[in-house]
Amino acid sequence: MKRFARLFDALDRTTRTSAKTAALAAYLGEAPEEDRLWAIALLSGRRPKRAVTAGKLRDWAAEHAGLPAWLVEESYPVVGDLAETIALILPPPQRSEERSLSGWMAWLETLRPLEDEARKAAIREAWDGLPATDRLVFNKLLTGGFRVGVSQKLVTRALAQATGIEEPRLAHRLMGDWTPATTTYDRLILEDDPQDRLSRPYPFCLAHPLEEPGALGLPGDWLAEWKWDGIRGQMIRRGGELYLWSRGEELVTARFPDFAPLLDHLPDGTVIDGEILAWDSAAQRPLPFAQLQKRLGRKTVPKKLLAEAPARLLAYDLLEAGGRDLRERPLAERRDRLAALLGGLPPEVPLGPSPALGFDSWEALEDLRATARERRAEGLMLKRAGSPYHAGRKRGDWWKWKLDPLTVDAVMIYAQAGHGRRATLYTDFTFAVWDGDALVPFAKAYSGLSDAEFAEITRWVRQNALQRFGPVRQVPPQHVFEIAFEGIQESPRHKSGIALRFPRMLRWRRDKPAAEANTLADLQALLRRHG
Amino acid sequence: MAPVLSFTGRGLYCPAGDFHIDPLRPVDRALITHGHADHARPGHGAYLASEGAAPAIRHRLGDIRIETLPFGTRHRIGDATVSFHPAGHLPGSAQIRVEAGGEVWVVSGDYKTGADGLSEPFEPVRCHAFITECTFGLPVFRWRPQAEVMAEIDAWWAENRAAGRVTVLGAYSLGKAQRLLAGIDATAGPVLAHGAVEAMNAVLRAQGCRLPETLPLTPETRGRDHPGALVIVPPSAMDGAWTRRMGPVSTGFASGWMQLRGVRRRRSMDRGFVLSDHADWDGLNSAIRATGAERVFATHGYTEVFRRWLESQGYDAAVVEHGAERGAGLEDGE
Repeated sequence: MKRFARLFDALDRTTRTSAKTAALAAYLGEAPEEDRLWAIALLSGRRPKRAVTAGKLRDWAAEHAGLPAWLVEESYPVVGDLAETIALILPPPQRSEERSLSGWMAWLETLRPLEDEARKAAIREAWDGLPATDRLVFNKLLTGGFRVGVSQKLVTRALAQATGIEEPRLAHRLMGDWTPATTTYDRLILEDDPQDRLSRPYPFCLAHPLEEPGALGLPGDWLAEWKWDGIRGQMIRRGGELYLWSRGEELVTARFPDFAPLLDHLPDGTVIDGEILAWDSAAQRPLPFAQLQKRLGRKTVPKKLLAEAPARLLAYDLLEAGGRDLRERPLAERRDRLAALLGGLPPEVPLGPSPALGFDSWEALEDLRATARERRAEGLMLKRAGSPYHAGRKRGDWWKWKLDPLTVDAVMIYAQAGHGRRATLYTDFTFAVWDGDALVPFAKAYSGLSDAEFAEITRWVRQNALQRFGPVRQVPPQHVFEIAFEGIQESPRHKSGIALRFPRMLRWRRDKPAAEANTLADLQALLRRHG
Repeated sequence: MAPVLSFTGRGLYCPAGDFHIDPLRPVDRALITHGHADHARPGHGAYLASEGAAPAIRHRLGDIRIETLPFGTRHRIGDATVSFHPAGHLPGSAQIRVEAGGEVWVVSGDYKTGADGLSEPFEPVRCHAFITECTFGLPVFRWRPQAEVMAEIDAWWAENRAAGRVTVLGAYSLGKAQRLLAGIDATAGPVLAHGAVEAMNAVLRAQGCRLPETLPLTPETRGRDHPGALVIVPPSAMDGAWTRRMGPVSTGFASGWMQLRGVRRRRSMDRGFVLSDHADWDGLNSAIRATGAERVFATHGYTEVFRRWLESQGYDAAVVEHGAERGAGLEDGE
């Protein structure tokens, strides 16, 4: 564990990708195999279910440190991280015990069946044997979550450095829902077991944002299509089974029984990249994202919801056909083969092409883009016709050209400290619009300002807070911010009757007095137009 | 009977002696605990400070009327008797004891209980009421021994020398900077000090503090002329234009706030060293116990939480209202 704690510290200490990669590669080169596998799993978000709730862990730590629970609770927002808070308050260790990372992971499993008292005793005993430096990591294993700025790409690169295997191959091997319980380092990384390969998705090709297409050259070299507002998905039919993966590398086949009939219609050895949407078949367009969202939270979908928000996959790309990997073929060829494949399907199946948009100039395309919202799309995708299907985000061949967001000017009325890196700054704000003389809260946002602006607003909140409710400060309605968002929906759950999609602060409107912020009526007008 | 000290919009006020302690706004007569800007403000009619704190106060505030007292010497002002006692925060920093009508109150100013090798060590003063700072008044703040932190800094500097990098260490120019100079192994390489730090070095050297030799950082200073150097700079100057003349650097910062990963990461320094001139959780609690006070007032820091804690420990505890929160990341924070 010491070695892994050192790795964690090294990753946490620097913001430089090269330093992180080197630290991880060094770890992967020297750690025992089982530990390597666990490190890869944890750093790529494959953490086991938490063995104890945050509340219990906090209370047990308080008891172990001889502190009242309320004091630990008050300390937590200052630190911004429960695992760290606990590591900081625990009394010095009684003895020193060394157990490997995989040893601790196995130990975690033994906690699960225990009653609370026994679990508490086991955890307290573990705390007593751990040096201070290992406790943070240990607590993170208990609470889950290893956010140390390590991307999948970085893991892949470090692994490539450590093994000498090429990155794209490793990126593919690391996909899917393996856990250290279902595989071994040898099988996953070195041998590439063919059985595992059946369900495994390809790494998604991702796009960079585009400001303006002028510099892309001739329009004829590009394919344009809508950027749909759903969930990116990969549909795989191999070995007589159908698998549906989300971009978050989650297997979501069971959540979308709508697609089950495709098993009979798609030939074996087919992989399609597309967008999962809730579909309005009468209007032949997607339902609002909120409809799809209703289905995401559930493992099983009730019939009513299946009927109200049926899913459809709009296909972007064909990655594999007849069991052959097509990713190196030019996009134009892949699209032709996709069209041929989809053309042979009966009309009632929930799978269709994401149509290519005809345009002969960038101006014409810009006009088309302006109509994206009516189509329930977020904007356009531009893909170079001759491009391969890259693994991950690679600049140059794929661009997303999103619509400008909708905006309103709103008054800040509450502030709350952030988490982690931002724990000592007020960064999470609640915004309101006017309804007559009253301010109605309608959105929360926590991104979009510079560090300097957050520092300035933090000083202002500290000096001007009217009331405190736990970590929340009520502030005088004085500062106006331009709030940008991607979509607007009716929502009976919110006081304003409105829910926004992706709200964030576009800018601090220092020039605007609070009285000139937008009104609830303005929001309702936006809702009528775009909802 | 009027309390020995009351809390007004101008700060702590003693009616028996008609003076303020570390006042927030201009007053006729001010007793000052130490020279940091949030305690020693300009514009008062007359100043009284400890002998060791006065030079820095004078340096920062210029032409002021200031009298001094040696530590422990009683001095009568009106119907009150005052004396200054070491607070251990920085050289000359004081707690102020005020006695009036048979009752003793002590204002802690900023303090730390661990010896730093430079400041006069904190001295517990028995009193009826103790007004304590609580900048780090949460149990997540606990300091390791100074020697360990200094060894960490030495090791980091050695690493940088070996890698051909200049070491840039951020520290408040009065107090922390000199504590670092005195605590590290300054013989390991050349040590440069930013103008603000160098000025305070001169003030403290003149009053007898033994500090290793430092070279001033000037617009002409080039990293290549001082291979392996350690540069001590105030936080506000850490990413100034001068860093570009240094060649490859590694940056670090020494402060109690570096205890928190979130703050460390936000500072985006290569290294954060946990070294504070304020008392940690255990220091605050032991200092308060040692005063024997029954009444405790919390100020400067996590006052409300700390008050509640003290109350649960059996003290008659209250908060000194200053109207504003103090928190990590403010430049004037420590």
